[in-house]
Amino acid sequence: MTQNQKKLIAAAAVFSIAWGICPAANAMHIMEGYLPAGYCIAWGVLSLPFLVAGFMRIKKTLDENRRALTLLAMSGAFIFVISSLKIPSVTGSCSHMTGTGLGAILFGPCTVSILGLIVLIFQAILLAHGGLTSLGANTFSMAIAGPFISYGIYMLCRKCKLSRLATVFLAASAGDLFTYCVTSVQLALSYPSEAGGISASVLKFLGVFAPTQLPLAVVEGLLTTAIVLCLESYAKPELKSVGYLKEV
Amino acid sequence: MEKKQKKILFALIAAAVLIAAVPFLALRGAEFGGSDDAGSKMAEQIHGEYEPWFTPVLESLTGGEIPGEIESLLFCVQTGIGVGITAFFMGRLYERRKLGKDDEEL
Repeated sequence: MTQNQKKLIAAAAVFSIAWGICPAANAMHIMEGYLPAGYCIAWGVLSLPFLVAGFMRIKKTLDENRRALTLLAMSGAFIFVISSLKIPSVTGSCSHMTGTGLGAILFGPCTVSILGLIVLIFQAILLAHGGLTSLGANTFSMAIAGPFISYGIYMLCRKCKLSRLATVFLAASAGDLFTYCVTSVQLALSYPSEAGGISASVLKFLGVFAPTQLPLAVVEGLLTTAIVLCLESYAKPELKSVGYLKEV
Repeated sequence: MEKKQKKILFALIAAAVLIAAVPFLALRGAEFGGSDDAGSKMAEQIHGEYEPWFTPVLESLTGGEIPGEIESLLFCVQTGIGVGITAFFMGRLYERRKLGKDDEEL
């Protein structure tokens, strides 16, 4: 990373923190128009440093290592597929998965924030799913918070010497579930309930999302494990080049 | 791919399909609306009537909600792009292994 790039990230971070402190600004996908404008901007600004860091990380990865391009494209494509599948769940409503676990495990969370953003923009413009105004909030929950948890769990399990496939499964499911937890908090912050304030509201939104999402998180874990299994058999050199498999 | 890995792969996909299919078959007559919509309803319940202050771009262009068929078309396009890229690279990787050129770059 060059000096300039570091400065840019730092500037974005400072900008973001300054916004976070500023109290003036008094949702997997939060619907278009359902977040007050202040929150839309605040979440967007909060996502900014991650996106800048992610963009540079991708550039650096590709400059150093052309082999990674294949895996990067597949991680992005995986998010496209997985997040387009609406799966029926035990609660009688449908929801879809995030698919960000794969990218987070292979490339780290910052890189995924860009991939996730692409998918979210696609869905917001063409599908009226999520939205341009809630893009910041959705990016934060799906493309930043979720992948960070995935990556954290992945690192933790690797340290504990858990088997590789179990690790992938846990990381992907946890990221999916956490995405929806963050969405609940985001919605609750904008819609505090009159009786119990924000925390009561968080519980209410979690009550809507969590039971639906739980089985889907398992499905996401299974599918991510499946694709990793395929990659492990056929893309060993690529996996080694991004550091997922140890150099032999 | 070794035999054992093939078995695991098959089991994973079967389990995923089962988890998705069981609620659909078991809960007869359930509506299976989107949980995003459920979230919006919850917001209204907490906050009272809420008028979304911004309509989706495509909806304001066409002056109404996107018809269900079109929406499913667009969702399919999304899936198609994803599957296309994944399958393309998976195929190349598979052939590379078959030709015994594992160390070559794609």
